[in-house]
Order: sequence, then C-alpha cells, then structure tokens
Amino acid sequence: MWEYNDKVKDHFLNPRNAGEMKDPSAVGETGSLSCGDALKLFLKINSSGRIVDASFMTFGCASAVASSSALTEIVKGMTLEDAEKLTNDDIADYLGGLPKEKMHCSVMGQDALRKAIRAYKGIEILSKPGNTVCECFGVTDLEIIETVKQNNLKSAEDVTFYVKAGGGCGKCVEKIEEIVESILAEARTEKETTEA
Amino acid sequence: MNIVYTDNNATTRVAPEVLEEMMPYFSDLYGNPSSMHSFGGNVGRKLQEARERVADLINATPLEIVFTSCGTESDNAAIMAAIELNPEKKHIITSAVEHPAVKNLCAHLETKGYTVTYLPVDREGRLESELLYSTMESKADDIAIISLMWANNETGVIFPVEEVARRASDKGILFHTDAVQAAGKIPIDVKASGVDMLSLSGHKIHAPKGIGVLYVKNGIKFPPFLKGGHQERGRRGGTENTASIIGLGKASELAKGHLGEMDTRIRGLRDYLESELLARIPSSSVNGERRDRLPNTLSIGFDAVEGESILLLMDQVGICASSGSACTSGSLDPSHVLMAMKVPFESAHGTIRFSLSLYNTKEEMDHIIEAMPPIIEKLRAISPFWKK
Repeated sequence: MWEYNDKVKDHFLNPRNAGEMKDPSAVGETGSLSCGDALKLFLKINSSGRIVDASFMTFGCASAVASSSALTEIVKGMTLEDAEKLTNDDIADYLGGLPKEKMHCSVMGQDALRKAIRAYKGIEILSKPGNTVCECFGVTDLEIIETVKQNNLKSAEDVTFYVKAGGGCGKCVEKIEEIVESILAEARTEKETTEA
Repeated sequence: MNIVYTDNNATTRVAPEVLEEMMPYFSDLYGNPSSMHSFGGNVGRKLQEARERVADLINATPLEIVFTSCGTESDNAAIMAAIELNPEKKHIITSAVEHPAVKNLCAHLETKGYTVTYLPVDREGRLESELLYSTMESKADDIAIISLMWANNETGVIFPVEEVARRASDKGILFHTDAVQAAGKIPIDVKASGVDMLSLSGHKIHAPKGIGVLYVKNGIKFPPFLKGGHQERGRRGGTENTASIIGLGKASELAKGHLGEMDTRIRGLRDYLESELLARIPSSSVNGERRDRLPNTLSIGFDAVEGESILLLMDQVGICASSGSACTSGSLDPSHVLMAMKVPFESAHGTIRFSLSLYNTKEEMDHIIEAMPPIIEKLRAISPFWKK
C-alpha cells in the first residue's frame, strides 16, 4: 500500500475544482488510457493574462487526482508568466510530498499546464521534439534530459518514477542510463572546472 | 467499522480451529521431530498425521507430500528439479498468465540458455492448446517440463490440467501444476489427473502464511531445492515448521469438508455479487470465462476509471479487494494476465478482483453492492474518458 500523507488523501477524497469547465480559455491534455493516467486541465484566463479559474478531469490513481487538484489550487490567481515556471516539484511540495514511484503524476500536472498555456498563446505543437527513447510510453530523449536536469535525478530508476520511461518492456533502460550518466559526467566536469 | 474482506485469493484468515490445533506446538510441544527422544518423536507422529490429512485433500499418498515454506518455493523446487533431472533438455513450456513465481523463474532461466514457450490465452483467459500440443509433438525430447497453473489467481479461470497431464504423460514429459488457487475451492485429484508435481500454499486455505506443499509423484527421483539435513526424506532440508504443518493438516481437513459449500453457497454469493454489479453499474464487464472458473473469484472491469482510486474509496467503507491496474501491480503496466487476455485498457486499468471465502455472507455482498455504484459514479464524474 502506498504511503500517502493526510494532504494527499484529502485532495483525493475531496478534490478541489474537479469537473469540466464551460468556455475555458485554454485546455491542456496529457497522458492516455493505455498509460493508466490522463489529465485534462481547463483554464480561465482574463484579459490581463492572469489565470482566474482552473478545473480538471483526471483518470488515474490517488496521486494523479491529488496532483490535479493541487495544481488547480496553485495556479488560480497566477500570471501566465509565473504559471509557465511551475514545476512538478511545486505540485509535490504543495502536497507535502509524493511516494517517489508516483512522481510522474505531478509531472503530468506540469505537462498539462504547459500545454494549456502554449495552446492559449497559439503556439502549435506539431510533434514532440527529440527522438523517442521509450516506445512503451512515448518519451523522447529531450524530455528525459529536461526531467533529469530539472529534478536532479541520479539514475534510470528515478527517470522511470518521474516520466515512466523504462517502466514497460525495459528495452530502453540502457539508453536512459547512458543519458543520465552523460548529464552526471557533464555536471562533474563543470564542478571540476569551477573548482580548479 | 467492520471490514468486509473479499481479497481471499491474496490471503485468508487462519481458521480458529487451525490456530487452536497449532498453539501447543509453540509452547509445550516444541520438540524437533527428528530428535531421538520421545519429546521430539511425539511431535514427529503429529507431523505424520498432518501429512496424511494434506495428502487426503488431493488424493495423494503421504509419501508424496513435501512440506515447503510457500507456494513460490514449491514452484521453484518443481521446475528446478525438472531441470536438474534432465540437463540435456533445454525447453520449458508454460503460459502467459502464470503467477510470478513461475513466470519470473522462467524468465530467469531464459537468461541461462533455456527456451521458454509462453502459451497465449484467448480473450476469455482460456489456454490456446493448439500451440501446446504442436510444440509437444515437435519438441518432445527437448522439453524439460510443462508448468501450467490449475486455476488463475486473477480471473479464476480453470485450465484443462487433466487433459494436458494425460498428453504429457503419453509423451514422457514432466508436468507440474501450480494449484495454489485451486486447492480448497475445487476438488483436486492427483491420481486421476496424473500430474507429476503440484504446488499448494497454506495461507490460501486458512492455514498460516509461510507453509506450502509440493506433491511429487511416487517414482520421481526428486533432487532437493533446499539442500541441507535429511528432513522430508531428503527432499527438502531445514527443520520442519511443525506448528504450521500441523495447522495445514487441520486446514486441509476442513477444506476437503467444505468443497461442497464452496461449490454451492459461495458460488451463489459470487454469482449474486456479479449479476448485481453488472446490472447496477453501466459499462462494466467480467474478465474471464464464466463457466470453468473458480466458484469464489470475480474479476470485473469498470470502464474509464482507475483501479487504485476505486480500491481506496472501497477501503474508506471497509471493503478489501485487489485490482489489475498499473498503479497497483507494482509496475507501470496493468496485470500481465489482463494484458495476455487483451482486455482493453479502458477496463483493464479499472478492474477489481473480488475473491470470497467460506466466511463471507450475503449481508457483506449487499454492502458491496450498495457501495460500488456511487464509488464508480464519483470517479466517472471526474474522468476525461467517461462519456455521459
């Protein structure tokens, strides 16, 4: 059984802002049925570029529901500029932490929010940039690199916890390890250079 | 709050009669059954009685019963024995829906030079026997063992074990069955079925956790998996778990006596639960063949909602069950059983397994029937995949 703290349980049992929004200014969708997690985020944005309302629909576990609920509470009242900087860590911190195997639920929140804002700004996303590394979950090398750097991840297992890559058939785990190792090596070289 | 426990395929309570039978072997009668003194020897005699009761449950002889620590050990011991008995045979046949004890052992053996055929199942969870029989024909001399579960832990679907055992015997191929879920729920007759080896687990039949059985047909030169002392006639080293073995003996006796009730009253409760849930909750479906199925098991999928969330809401009202969803399987995929059956993701992730025991009542079924529709509705109200 997952160790969920009281705040996560509360946001799961009593989710805030759950439900479809009438006439949203922007919608961001992420995840899928096959993945077992999906989030549809609705935003109402006023003429000064401030998020005045937010709601969500989620298919997923308690962490997914709680992360979505937390996300909508966090973004209400934010400017788009600030909202764009929101990370999955902010969502997990708001909830007082998530089990590490469930961090990908908070990453879903970050992803849906960024997609919603991009849609609002009219920036079309044609296809995901980068090369697909994980075929089971459709994760690219650029996504893995961003997640590793943003969250200071140290292993392929961490990557699985955050973006699911490597958690299906396992074929890509070696490649993920390579990516993580090259980022860690880069960081080590940088450190050595600054210390020198 | 009263717990409604419908997760008996995961584990069962120890029956009060079983606990009572076990207790003296912790406090007063703690002797080692292998000792020369009568203090130990008396315990040895009680062990033999327990062995007879266990043998009786499956129509084996006491000499064919080896006590192990669990079903997983029995599965490992059976397959590794077959490997050791025929080192030149490098092919193993099993199914795509086995318990991890068999599945993961086979995956491990694949890295050690073995070829494993994982027989597929159809959409109802039934074995695709054609591939089995054709592989048995073409590779008879290379097959070290065929291992197929008697009944599936998730769906309850029963495999044609007797038929496979007969054919395996005709071809001189060793056949093992994991009967952990079948024991105590349907009659098992090792003589009539002709299986070579069979696994049982105590904690599925109201005996304690940490005790299992491997049936080894008379005549098989069984190399021990756990090498050590001469316990279990040299087939499994380690001082016997005397209290649990004696408990298992009692549990086996009770299980045999209750097979009729399993087939009638419990089957009736399961069918009632199933028909009411299907009637009251739209877009719900049963996973697995409904006739050749254990009388106590119900695997039911609810479209557009996710298993862990369903289980947590059920937990809030005291109902215990399991799910086949990714979030509860410990991996990121839904259960391999549902995947092998090609159950659509829509209902695979929202599948709940109810598994009953003799201790369940109609009132408990009614509690579940009342509780489930609002739970599913609450989750569907916030699901992006639910079309109203």
